[in-house]
Amino acid sequence: MNAEAYIHLLKLLAPEAILVVTALVVLGLGLSPSSERMRPLLTRLTLFGGLVAASVLYLFSKNACILNGMVVLDPLGRIFKLVILGLGLITVIFSAASPVRRHYAEYLALILFSTVGMMLLAGTEELLMIFLALELTSISLYVLTAYLKDSTASAEAGLKYFLIGGVSAAFLLFGLSLVYGVAGTTNLRALVAISPALAGDPLMLVGIVLTLVGFGFKVAAVPFHLWAPDVYEGAPTPTAALVASGSKVAGFFILAKMLALGFGASVGMAAWSQFRPGWLPVLAIMAALSILLGNLAALVQSNVKRLLAYSAIAHSGYMLLGLTSASEAGFTAVLFYVIIYALTTIGAFGVVSVVERRRGGSQLQDFDGLHKTAPGLALCLLVFLISLAGIPPLAGFFGKFYMFSETLAASGKGANPSMLWLVVLAIALNAVSLYYYLIVLKHVFVAKPAEEERVKAPACGPLIAALALSVLLLGLFPNVLLEPLRAAVKNYTSSLVLP
Amino acid sequence: MILNATFLSAFLGVVLVLILPRRAEHFARWIALLAALAGLAFALKAFVGYDQSAGAPHFQYVTRIPWIDALGISFFTQADGISLILLVLTGIIAIAGVLFSWNVTRRPRAFFAFFLTIIGGVYGVFQSFDLFLLFVFYEIVIVPKYFLIAAWGSTNREYGAMKLTIFSVAGSALVLLATVATYAVSGVHSFDLLVLADHARVVFPPAFQIWAFPAMFLGFAVLAGIWPFHTWAPTGHVAAPTAVSMLLAGVVMKLGSYSALRVAMTLFPQGLEQWRTVIAVLATIGILYGALVALAQRDLKFVVGYSSVNHMGFVLLGLVTLNTIGLSGAVLQMFSHGIIGGLLFAVVGRMIYDRTHTREISALGAMGLSKALPFAAFTFTVASVASMGLPGFSGFIAEFTILSGSWKPFPLLLIPTGIGVVVTVAFTLRALQRSFFAPKEDGPPNPAAHHPPFDPITLAEKLGACLLMATTLGVGLYPKILLDPIMHSFGSPLMHQLIREVASK
Repeated sequence: MNAEAYIHLLKLLAPEAILVVTALVVLGLGLSPSSERMRPLLTRLTLFGGLVAASVLYLFSKNACILNGMVVLDPLGRIFKLVILGLGLITVIFSAASPVRRHYAEYLALILFSTVGMMLLAGTEELLMIFLALELTSISLYVLTAYLKDSTASAEAGLKYFLIGGVSAAFLLFGLSLVYGVAGTTNLRALVAISPALAGDPLMLVGIVLTLVGFGFKVAAVPFHLWAPDVYEGAPTPTAALVASGSKVAGFFILAKMLALGFGASVGMAAWSQFRPGWLPVLAIMAALSILLGNLAALVQSNVKRLLAYSAIAHSGYMLLGLTSASEAGFTAVLFYVIIYALTTIGAFGVVSVVERRRGGSQLQDFDGLHKTAPGLALCLLVFLISLAGIPPLAGFFGKFYMFSETLAASGKGANPSMLWLVVLAIALNAVSLYYYLIVLKHVFVAKPAEEERVKAPACGPLIAALALSVLLLGLFPNVLLEPLRAAVKNYTSSLVLP
Repeated sequence: MILNATFLSAFLGVVLVLILPRRAEHFARWIALLAALAGLAFALKAFVGYDQSAGAPHFQYVTRIPWIDALGISFFTQADGISLILLVLTGIIAIAGVLFSWNVTRRPRAFFAFFLTIIGGVYGVFQSFDLFLLFVFYEIVIVPKYFLIAAWGSTNREYGAMKLTIFSVAGSALVLLATVATYAVSGVHSFDLLVLADHARVVFPPAFQIWAFPAMFLGFAVLAGIWPFHTWAPTGHVAAPTAVSMLLAGVVMKLGSYSALRVAMTLFPQGLEQWRTVIAVLATIGILYGALVALAQRDLKFVVGYSSVNHMGFVLLGLVTLNTIGLSGAVLQMFSHGIIGGLLFAVVGRMIYDRTHTREISALGAMGLSKALPFAAFTFTVASVASMGLPGFSGFIAEFTILSGSWKPFPLLLIPTGIGVVVTVAFTLRALQRSFFAPKEDGPPNPAAHHPPFDPITLAEKLGACLLMATTLGVGLYPKILLDPIMHSFGSPLMHQLIREVASK
């Protein structure tokens, strides 16, 4: 590779490079003895670096595809890189007031590193690069999860996340190696050309299933979800927020891309009692189990973070359901929903982190009477949870409605579309989910507060309010996000037409 | 736009109430009253301006703005006579509801914010002609109900609130499923009710209608209190604070019956044909069962709660007669029960319970309420008489029309329905007589009889009660004011096709 190619690469990866440099600077400053007093400075510096990276990405980046698809930038990827970067920066703001006392600079740097990993994930079409980016993300997240040194819950969560994540990485790598072995290429676009010929190949199918197992861990789908409740509960809340939002966005984005591109031909069938091998039945089963188990287990939780973890599992199920549509509109719906979901859930974690700091825990009782002590926060939490429950006019409702409609529409126009069974299940359990969200909100709005005095608004209050407002506005005017996304997906699928 | 002004004024009220500073929180009720008055003013203006001449369009005040292109959703509102009548009903109930919650002093901002949210959602449903939009407004109503009951309610409030919410959500899950399936199966890339109904017979295969119709109809009818899914209604009504009982009985139950008519019945004519008799039987059971259970209640509010099940049974029966007489009766009954049910709950919840702190019929009887609270006794008498269906009040016209309409399609059902009417008279008179006009007992002195003097009935209560009483009397004496717009609406392609097609068989 010559110098010119390096410059080209650097130009393309400028946002990521800026983030890495910022992370290194923050790390360096953190070495100074008075690092505790420099907390605000470190936060601001990180945010500044992030904003510069975002503006470079938004204003100056050009579409390109270099090194045989290792690094790709297209309109769709740009949207997702921006979303991921935004979620990372929101996490940084939440961290400013987090329980992380020691090694704050390293904490910020690790958030940046995992953000870089997710952004790389959103900008590649190469199996090896996908694996590397996933590992960069995951390893940073393992450390971030185990960051509270004096909390055994945090250590346990970190270890659990690491062990299960390691096994899943092995599955993923094995699956990818099988795919490579059969297809002879690691490039996703090259796979598009070859995959019709490999549609019935048993080895290819094994490769696909193993890959899906690997991704099942990443997006916390049943039966690969075991790490999620512990991580959400034990990790420092900003970490949990990042795991729940950014990592999910990146995971679903790359999963949708791989299904659409690489495995396109090995679809299979998942109509009720008419399964045929391919990735569709695997996804359908994972979706059904996640929706069932996530929603039912959430009913009995007494810790709000754990409840959000099971709700996250259920939402993974809904999104996997959307992916079973295997259509352009269906993928658009999933990508739309995952962004909405990330905004909503990170907002909910924001509220949880504020409550946790004040009351020392995130049990249901700790939310008693929040409407009195912090009316603004209570209203925001109402918006987030009701959106997660899929009640209009909030964004979560339209997202789900769109996903279910497109999935059903893609599965046939007869009297009984083939995915009807899964949609029926999803809608039924979505109705169940309102129950546990209302239980939380009952503590917030109906129960009497333990202490009467009103607390002053937290520093991240405006950010949480902005998130709540965006959830409301995206529900009223989904076109704002949906139209660019649709155009980007259309542009993407049209680029897949073989020469 | 005048239609949209109804729900916009309610939602504007919500925003104003929310930004009210804590010092000025007692102004919340004034804001709510203004918003409710504005809503009624707009609804009335639209109602008066509805052109009923022979050649006039059936749907007027059309607003259609593209909203979400990805699914072919548009913001599409308009109104025919049926919509307008229910919009006016919503306005009246909203005002009465605010007047009867004038004494809410605990967290008034939150109370009126949730209250106005429900009102806005209800206004929205009655004017939406895009299935998605209709569903959005329909769902907006669900969550505020929970908080209003759980936080401001009385007897067993958290249980009642959750039960009501679970029933509503289960119903709307059925509706959501049928809606999504309708979009998928139709393939017309639109949620416009007129477009969908146009395609209904061509595109929706009978095998689809046979399950989609009951899903959609029952989903809506749960909210209308169809037997055996009515059990949320008595518990919910009893647990709710007065204004919310009034809303529930007055307009929220009508959301169910209205949407069942507007959506389920027009979209799936073949499914309707198959399930029509089943629904008629369920409705008749509701009439009879509601009346019999009301006869056995000791709690006055439960009597009124079960009477709602009874009266809504008439609405559902009227809907499936599928002839102009029965259908117009159903719409009239929606209006009439809205007013009368609201009035009954207002007396029981606000005038009586807030003062006596009991609703036991025997305890109330011992208090000599007809002397202690003459205005309450008078209002309850008027409401009871109207509820029994005495000529001169709106209830008579409505139930009489429904019975005449069901003579032809369901002659056998008239026997149990007739018995239901008689039992209705019995339970109403029983409740009225025992709680307000019980004779002085000679036995040992009843402790409940010795009570401190009650606060006098406030001006707000009197105004609210008079508004409702005047409405039911006015409609009872001059039903043409509602019947004419209803009849005009039956000419629209949506309704016309429904009526002619099925009745001719």
